[in-house]
Amino acid sequence: MSNIPLAAYLAVSTVMFFAGVYGFLSRRNMLTILMSLELMLNAADLNFAVFNKYLYPGQFEGVFFTLFAIGVSAAETAIAIAIIINIYRNLRNINVDEVNKMKF
Amino acid sequence: MMSYTLIILILPALMFLFLGLCGSKMKPVVAGTFGTFGLTVVTVLSYVTAATYFFSIGKTGGAYQTIIPFNVEWLRITEKLHIDLGIMLDPISVVMLIVVSTVSLMVHIYSLGYMKGERGFQRYYALLSLFSFSMLGLVVATNIFQMYIFWELVGVSSYTLIGFYYTKPSAVAASKKAFIVTRFADLFFLIGILVISFYSQTFDFASLTSPTGSILGQPIGATFMGVSVISWAMMLIFIGGAGKSAMMPFHIWLPDAMEGPTPVSALIHAATMVVAGVFLVARMFPLYFFGAPDVLNIIAYIGAITALFAAIVACTQTDIKRVLAFSTISQIAYMITALGVSGYGGEAGLGYMASMFHLFTHAFFKALLFLCAGSVIHVIHSNEMDDMGGLRKYMPITHITFLVACLSISGIPPFSGFFSKDEILVAAFNKDILLFGCLYFCAGLTAFYMFRLYFRIFWGENNKQYEHTPHESPANMTIPLIFLAALTCITGFVPFSQLVSSDFIPFQTHIEWSIAGLSILVAIIGITIATVMYRKENNIPHRVAVVAKGFYTSAYHKFYFDEIWFFITKNIIFNNVSKPIAWFDRHIVDGFMNFLSSSTNFVSRKIKVVQSGEIQDYTWAFFMGALVMIVLLIFV
Repeated sequence: MSNIPLAAYLAVSTVMFFAGVYGFLSRRNMLTILMSLELMLNAADLNFAVFNKYLYPGQFEGVFFTLFAIGVSAAETAIAIAIIINIYRNLRNINVDEVNKMKF
Repeated sequence: MMSYTLIILILPALMFLFLGLCGSKMKPVVAGTFGTFGLTVVTVLSYVTAATYFFSIGKTGGAYQTIIPFNVEWLRITEKLHIDLGIMLDPISVVMLIVVSTVSLMVHIYSLGYMKGERGFQRYYALLSLFSFSMLGLVVATNIFQMYIFWELVGVSSYTLIGFYYTKPSAVAASKKAFIVTRFADLFFLIGILVISFYSQTFDFASLTSPTGSILGQPIGATFMGVSVISWAMMLIFIGGAGKSAMMPFHIWLPDAMEGPTPVSALIHAATMVVAGVFLVARMFPLYFFGAPDVLNIIAYIGAITALFAAIVACTQTDIKRVLAFSTISQIAYMITALGVSGYGGEAGLGYMASMFHLFTHAFFKALLFLCAGSVIHVIHSNEMDDMGGLRKYMPITHITFLVACLSISGIPPFSGFFSKDEILVAAFNKDILLFGCLYFCAGLTAFYMFRLYFRIFWGENNKQYEHTPHESPANMTIPLIFLAALTCITGFVPFSQLVSSDFIPFQTHIEWSIAGLSILVAIIGITIATVMYRKENNIPHRVAVVAKGFYTSAYHKFYFDEIWFFITKNIIFNNVSKPIAWFDRHIVDGFMNFLSSSTNFVSRKIKVVQSGEIQDYTWAFFMGALVMIVLLIFV
C-alpha cells in the first residue's frame, strides 16, 4: 500500500477536480452544480491528506485540516440545499440560467 | 455719533422678514399695523436725524459736512478697491430720508383703508417694507456699488408690487416690462460703474465727487472714440438713471406700471423710486460738472425733450392714473433738466438746488395726487375719466386736497410747486433760452392737463348716474390726504437753499418776480383753457381733436414709442440676434453635450452583454483566466 506513488494520488485528485469543473460549467441544475462543487472540494481534501502523508509522515495537521474542511463543506451544503429548496418552492425551477427573477 | 441712523435701515428689513415669514399666520389688520408702526418709528428717526444734521452737527465752518456714522467693509477686491456698506449723511441724503419715510408712512396708513379685504394684504405690507428698506438704503449709500445693490433691490420690489395682482395678465405683463426695461438700463449703469472705478480705483462717493478727488485731481488722458472715458462712464451711469427715472426713450415702463395698486404708484412711481435717477445725477454732480460737462448738456436736453413729450401725451390720455404717470415723467424731466443746466457752487449751483427742491415738493404733491386718484378709484371702481364727473359733491375732502395738489403742480403761489418750479425756470433761463422756452411751454401744458383731469373728475356732468351713490373714503385714507395737502401748502416756504446746495455751502435765493410772473401767467392761461373746455360738458375738446387729428392720434398713442420698441426688440433683435444665438446654443453647444452622452450610452449598451448575471459564464471566464495564468507561469 505504501508503495503507491504520489503521482497516482495526484492523478486521481486531478481527474476529480476537472470532473467537478466540467460539471460546474456544463450542468444547469443547481443540485448537480452543488455536487460538482463537492467533487472539487474532495479533490482538494485528497491533496491535503496525500501531501501530509508524503511530506510529513507522523504528523497529522493535513489530515485534521481535511476533516475540518469536510465539516465546513457539510454545513455549507446544508445551507445551499436549504436555499435551493426555497427557490424551488417559490419558482418551481432550479435551473441556474432560468432563475433570474432578482437579476435586475 | 448718530449711530441710531442704522435703525432706519434695519427696522424695515426686519419688518419685511417678519411680515414675509409670519404674515400669513396673522390677521391682515395686525400685519398692516405692524408695518405701519415700523415705518412710524423710521419716520420719527428720520426727522430726528434731519433735525440733528441740519441744526446742530451738520454744519462746520459755514458748509455742511459729510457724516458717515456707520461703515463696514463688505468685499475687498484689490488693495485699494473694496465695496463697503454704510450710511452717509449729507444734505441730499437727509432730505431724501425725509421724503422717502414721510411718503412711505402716508402710503402705509392709506393702504390700511385702500387695500382692505384684498387677498395678500400681509404680502403687500411685507413688500412695502422691503421697498422702504431698499429705497432708504439707496439714498444713504456711501459708495456707488452699495447704491447699485439697493438700486436693483428697489427694482425688484417695484416689480413685485406692480405685479401684486398676479392673476391679472396685464399686471404681470406690466411688471415684467418695468423690470426688463429698467434692468436693461441698469446694465449700462453697471458698465459705467466698472469703467469709473477702474480709472479712479475707488467706489466711494466721498473721493469720487470731491473736486480735488482721485479722478478729477489727476485728469485721465484715456479716450474712447474721441471722447474721454469719464464722459463715457458718466453717460452710461446716466442711462441707468434714465431707466429708473423714465427718461426718453426708457419711459415706456412707467405708464404701464400703473397696473399696480394705486398707493404703490404713489410711493414708487411718483415720489421715490422714479426720482432715484435724479438723485444719482445729483450725487455724482461734481463728477458730471468737472469731469463731463458735455454729458451734462446732453442730460439737460434729454430732460427738456422728455418734459415736453410727456406733457403733450398727458393731455390726451383718458386713464386718470396714466395722466398722472405722464405728468410724473414730465416733472422728473424738469428735475433732470435743472441738474443739466446747473453750475457748481453758490448762485451758479441754483439748478442743483432747484432740482432737489422740486424733487422734495413734487414727492409730496404727486403722492397726494395719486392717493386722491386712488380714493376716487376706490369709490368708482374705474380708472377711466368717462366714468367720472361731478364727484365734488360726494367726496369733499378728496376734492379739496386734489385741487390743492393741482394748483401746486401748476405753479400757483403760495403752493409748493410754484417755488421749486420757479427756481428751475430761473436756472434754465440763466443757462439756455431754448431750454427755458421748452420748460416754460411745459408749465402751461402741465396746468392745462392737470385741470383737465380735475374738471373731468370732479365737475363736468353733475347729474351723472352711478351704480351706487359715491361716498367719501374712510378716515385712514383721508387723513394722509389732508396731511400731504398741508405739506404741499407749507413745503414751498422751506428755505431750501440754506439746506441743500451743490457745494454744501448755503446761499441766499429770492424769487425772480419777472420769471415767476411769466410762469404764473402761463399757468393761469392753461387753467383757463382747461376751464373753458372741461368745466361744463361741451364739444370743444372734440372739435380740437378733429382739427389736430394726426397730432392728437399720435399723442394719444404716446407717439408710438411702445410700437417702436416692440419693433426693435421683436423684429430686429429677436430675428437677427437672438435666433442665431439660440440656434448656436441648441445645435452646437447642446449638440456637443448630446453627442457625449449618446456615445457613452452606445458604448455602455455594447459592453453590457459581458455582465450577463449568468454564474456559469463568470466561472468559465474565471477558469479560462486561471488556466492561461498557469500556462504562462509554467512555460514563460
